[in-house]
Amino acid sequence: MKFGVVVFPGSNCDHDAYHVIRDVIGRPVEFIWHESADLAGADAILLPGGFAFGDYLRTGAIAKFSPVMRSVEKFARDGGLVLGVCNGFQVLLEAGLLPGAMLRNAGLRFVCRDVHVRVETTDTPFTCAARKGQVIRMPVAHGDGNYFCDENTLRELERNDQIVFRYTTADGREEAAANPNGSLANIAGICNRERNVAGLMPHPERASEDVLGSADGAVILRSIVKWLGGSKEVSHAHAEPAGARA
Amino acid sequence: MSMAGTELKITPEIAAEHGLTAEEFDRARKILGRDLSITELGIFSVMWSEHCSYKSSRVHLRRLPTKAKQVVQGPGENAGVVDIGEGLCAAFKIESHNHPSYVEPFQGAATGVGGILRDIFTMGARPVAVLDALRFGPIEGAQGAAAAAPEITAKNRRILDGVVRGIGHYGNCFGVPTVGGDVAFAPCYSGNPLVNALALGIARREELFFARASGVGNPVLYVGSKTGRDGIHGASLLASAEFSEESQQKRPNVQVGDPFLEKLLLEACLEAMRTGAIVAIQDMGAAGLTSSSCEMAARGGVGIELNLDRVPQREVGMTPYEIMLSESQERMLLVAARGREREVIEVFAKWGLDAVEVGRVTSDGMLRVNAHGEIAAEIPAKMLADQAPVYERPISAPATPRGSDRLLEFQPKGANLTETFLKLLAWPAIASKRWVYEQYDTSVRTNTLAGPGAADAAILRIEYLKSVAGRHRAMAITVDGNGRWCWLDPQEGAKAAVAEAARNVACTGARPLAATNCLNFGNPEKPEVMWEFSECVDGIAEACSALGIPITGGNVSFYNDTLGQSIYPTPILGVLGLIQNSERAIGMAFREEGDAIVLLDGGTQAPAGHDSARREFSSSEYAFALQGIVAGAPPRVDLAAEQRLIEALVQMAEDGAIRSAHDIGEGGLATTLAESCLSGRSSNGLSTHVKLSSIEPAEAALFGERGARAIVTCANSQLVRVQELARKCGVAAAEIGRVTRGQEFRIELNGSVPIATTLEKLRESWGESFERALSA
Repeated sequence: MKFGVVVFPGSNCDHDAYHVIRDVIGRPVEFIWHESADLAGADAILLPGGFAFGDYLRTGAIAKFSPVMRSVEKFARDGGLVLGVCNGFQVLLEAGLLPGAMLRNAGLRFVCRDVHVRVETTDTPFTCAARKGQVIRMPVAHGDGNYFCDENTLRELERNDQIVFRYTTADGREEAAANPNGSLANIAGICNRERNVAGLMPHPERASEDVLGSADGAVILRSIVKWLGGSKEVSHAHAEPAGARA
Repeated sequence: MSMAGTELKITPEIAAEHGLTAEEFDRARKILGRDLSITELGIFSVMWSEHCSYKSSRVHLRRLPTKAKQVVQGPGENAGVVDIGEGLCAAFKIESHNHPSYVEPFQGAATGVGGILRDIFTMGARPVAVLDALRFGPIEGAQGAAAAAPEITAKNRRILDGVVRGIGHYGNCFGVPTVGGDVAFAPCYSGNPLVNALALGIARREELFFARASGVGNPVLYVGSKTGRDGIHGASLLASAEFSEESQQKRPNVQVGDPFLEKLLLEACLEAMRTGAIVAIQDMGAAGLTSSSCEMAARGGVGIELNLDRVPQREVGMTPYEIMLSESQERMLLVAARGREREVIEVFAKWGLDAVEVGRVTSDGMLRVNAHGEIAAEIPAKMLADQAPVYERPISAPATPRGSDRLLEFQPKGANLTETFLKLLAWPAIASKRWVYEQYDTSVRTNTLAGPGAADAAILRIEYLKSVAGRHRAMAITVDGNGRWCWLDPQEGAKAAVAEAARNVACTGARPLAATNCLNFGNPEKPEVMWEFSECVDGIAEACSALGIPITGGNVSFYNDTLGQSIYPTPILGVLGLIQNSERAIGMAFREEGDAIVLLDGGTQAPAGHDSARREFSSSEYAFALQGIVAGAPPRVDLAAEQRLIEALVQMAEDGAIRSAHDIGEGGLATTLAESCLSGRSSNGLSTHVKLSSIEPAEAALFGERGARAIVTCANSQLVRVQELARKCGVAAAEIGRVTRGQEFRIELNGSVPIATTLEKLRESWGESFERALSA
């Protein structure tokens, strides 16, 4: 199995995602330029964090018009796995692949700190290797992570078990103080109804190595590998051409 | 020869309006052997401005040590470069953006970060970290003579807020972590805040690029953003003159930054460099197209001819003068190999950026500027870049020695200092800066092993090595400076800045490697300011030589005066160090219950007698924070003691003997202990109980800031080893207590208990007061 990391002009967590997939998870990975219609044969697509197109107009609002997004939409419609992290989540919302929208953080400031999120469902390709109720520590780093949707959508999300992560305290309690940005119902991440597209604001790629203070986030990428049955495959991690390091 | 603009005769009066003195104007005319065109006047005025030419500082900067075997590139390029082994190099530099940040805090600070990032990737290095040293006027009015009027503190808070937002805006979007820095306050910064930004990048040695034009006939390409009328005379009129009441009118001189464009420029430049088709490259920072073209030509000993009609412009009707002096951001000038310019242009096109051939390298050594078929300027590049006037400005020490104001009175023996201590911890300069650094992305690029507040210096994994198994080296980097001390005694204060930065780096287990400096001073035409400058340079030179830390570059910022009042002389030192094994990197937080707490002392002589102790302690943060006293003299710096301590810290870390280290700095030993309890990841509930004995008065023993000291903690089983290594390095090691679990925080001194409180109270004072002050 193989990962594809989409690079928009202004993506800045693309190298981080690439590093973790290759060096920590040990799977083949390729960058996919935003003008490309070809997803390079990837089995899972990751939309990384950053400020695609400077986040001008609105976060993700311009990125959704990139040619690669036509292919990503088709890939998702055909059941392909798509994960959006931070800015990638915002792009998925703008593209209509996930419901809802992002508002400015409630504090009206950019916030970067470690947060805790609770795994609300393991019935997704992105959490199938986790435990339900497991608390994961990862950093957030965003100015617009205040998730919002209308009441009907929220009811739908809850009824269909689409809320994947909620901000909680370290011991898993859902409190306002644990919510870094004012997100509705402490929502940190959701998936679509078909469960093959998900987005979250915290950065699992920044919390996949003990040396960085937390390796909790690795469970998300490992879930994808498990879901795709890749765990039986031999790792070709270090056989990737070095020139791929951008 | 047809000279555009010759219809206007440039007189000494017009030159004076551009900031050129009569002598400088005369010198320019002699170089040309004729009258200047208006464009040439503009070019001379920016290139010979204090900001670009270092005309007042040059004679002094020569005294700084700049050579060592690890130095690949010293001062004079876009950034300093040092060898960090395994074929890798670190490029780093610090620069000021003080005046723009006062006039327009958000954009001023943002473009300060943008400028220093360009300096790094111009060298072919990918930026991996930013740090910022910030100085503001008081943000709260509460305490002592440091109190300020509400309208002043409100304004200072607005400036601080804008600066922090600006730094965050640029770095966060660009995708570089802001991993450290420092913030301090004094009334002299109310009308002239300091914003110094340091950037650090990494490159393979063979990937380094330099700004030396060569190859006659090679095309000169302009890349990046279009040129507008913003920032004209930023370097000359904004950075090289004092502030007055009309300073707000200088807002048009402040540039507007676009971090998204800079991110594209970064990726495009690094990609284009890999084609091998680029000969030289320089960013357009201060003095824009003028300095980049003239300096690249001068360094390469060639000429450059520009055709301004081809320069991408964002406004219509720009004159050659405006185009040459614009400081529009996110632009680069590069020399490509003739015949391969398409390769470069294609890379930039991929990233959606303009790359236009605007000129060529010539053999005649002239900077020739053509516009509308006429020659707008024609100046020998080398003369322009290197023959700027050099001044030996008059120097005189202050008539009345400083620090002779009222000294602090020590509290009576046996006094309870707990409340005093809590107030000190709540003082914005000492309190946690979480409010600031949580607005910065500190973890992007997944190299941050210790970000703000986690260790005495930021610790970064060397990312080129992160995929290679078994190799885990890291870099540590910090910025430090104490303006109050430098005002009281410029030479000792400057030495202390070097010593503190080196000590902070050593506390992480890193061996200090090299330094960069940003010298912030008042008006150099004042003999007293020049005295401060000269003394500080001597202090830095002595300390850097003694500690074996070469200066690889930096920046001088003069004219930090508002309404005639100069800031404290404020040299900021950035020191970079190297950690051989990142698993042995050391943070400041206590780690395990029961660990021994050891006070290491390199052996600086304590002041003898009560009056000397008062004199020294009156210069402390405590004296200023609690009583508004700025007097006496800073602690003498004993560089040999500092060197011994550095060696001990590095050896203990490399040996794996210690689990935490934190130097004794602002707020003294008591503050150091509190910070080690509080700075751990989300309250690990560790506290301490220490017993001290000292012949010093209690406040001096607890809050004194004498250098060459640090506390380390170690497992009980390592205590003997720690003492052995300390002895070997000539450092005193006294076990003063244990890391405890629970709320109680207790310091005994000579048998009495001056400080007894709880972790919760400490956290409330230290952890939340900055935020409280800012939301007041």
